[in-house]
Amino acid sequence: MLTFSLLVIVIFNFAFQFSAELVRLAAPAMLWITFTFAGVLGLSRSFALEKEGNAVLGLLLTPTDRSLIYFGKMISNTLFVFVVGLVIVPMFVLFFNYSFMDTLLPLIPVIFLGSLGFVSVGTLFSAMAVNTRLREVLLPILLFPIIIPLIVSAVRLSGQVLDGKSVTGASSALQLLVAFDIIFIAACAVVFEYVIEES
Amino acid sequence: MRRLLVILTFIGMAASLYTAFIYAPTEPKMGHIQRIFYFHMGTVWVATIAFIMVFIASIMYLWKETRKWDILAYCSAELGVVFLTITIITGSVWAKPVWNTWWTWDPQLTTTFILWILYIVYLVLRSSAGNDVKRAKFAAVFGIIAFIDLPLVYISVRVMRGISPVVFGPGGGGIAPEMMHALLINMASCTLLFIVLLLERIDLERMSDKLARLKLRES
Repeated sequence: MLTFSLLVIVIFNFAFQFSAELVRLAAPAMLWITFTFAGVLGLSRSFALEKEGNAVLGLLLTPTDRSLIYFGKMISNTLFVFVVGLVIVPMFVLFFNYSFMDTLLPLIPVIFLGSLGFVSVGTLFSAMAVNTRLREVLLPILLFPIIIPLIVSAVRLSGQVLDGKSVTGASSALQLLVAFDIIFIAACAVVFEYVIEES
Repeated sequence: MRRLLVILTFIGMAASLYTAFIYAPTEPKMGHIQRIFYFHMGTVWVATIAFIMVFIASIMYLWKETRKWDILAYCSAELGVVFLTITIITGSVWAKPVWNTWWTWDPQLTTTFILWILYIVYLVLRSSAGNDVKRAKFAAVFGIIAFIDLPLVYISVRVMRGISPVVFGPGGGGIAPEMMHALLINMASCTLLFIVLLLERIDLERMSDKLARLKLRES
């Protein structure tokens, strides 16, 4: 995932031909495209390991509520994706010449909220995708249209931060991001038990 | 009963063609192109009903786990996509002369577009998820998540645009009563058409179930 995100950033650099003006405009979008692609790459492996080792059955045999399995998976995935985000942002700051102190700290909560929403839906769909014929190919197809609100609000918030303005300027985007997280964590925890099955 | 419904739909469609093209007055500003709006509204109305039905049928399936709810969800999703495709095409045809562009990314259009993609993805998911029970469960889960997502998509597009008032859309103010009649007749006959197609589609799905069972017994 890390190598992949590094490569994406390099490709963006060439695609925009190092034009500083263009980079300013496109930076938040590039950040989240990198984040999304790297995240999908990680998520698609999340249930594949269980599938290969037939460990899903073991998970299902544990005498707990199925939603707990979901939360366990989701928390570990969130940490994973969040750490990748934490590595991408400094690289971004480094390559595109932003100031470390002003952008890094306010971006961390945005990255965290973004990871949370992304993973909440992603974990559910990842469990679905490994059980279909298309396997990992299906995950981005399922996930991308659903996370559009998340990406829109995260891009807007990051743009605000990277321009050196305060986050309060885009409070509606922040509200939307938090609402997305809450709604989908709740909804996915409820429906998860129908998805995970011995198969 | 079914035959009566088909006859009614036929009459309704004929009436809506008549009202849209002859009975309704020509819109002074837009001209004849405005007449396409009657079909535009009719199909988008049906698509909305179809997707609400997918949502309800999905919830009912997860609750009851009977095949009939799965069939209902599948068939209405399919028809919803068909009707929404017609909506998008007629909308573009209308927009080209009136707005001078096929497409703009305003909140309504963007949301419609994402709605369309979401339910195409729903059909892709169905076609790639193996056996019946698993497919039905996955589809139901996606049907629910997709529907919950829609209001958020609408809000997000407005956030992206910095919340601009919706200036486009059918004129809310002075609509002639004949236009209103034409619109209502079109919406009613589109709904009838949807019901007929849905019933036929459900029958077809049941028949293919039956065929699969017979083949299984044979082998």
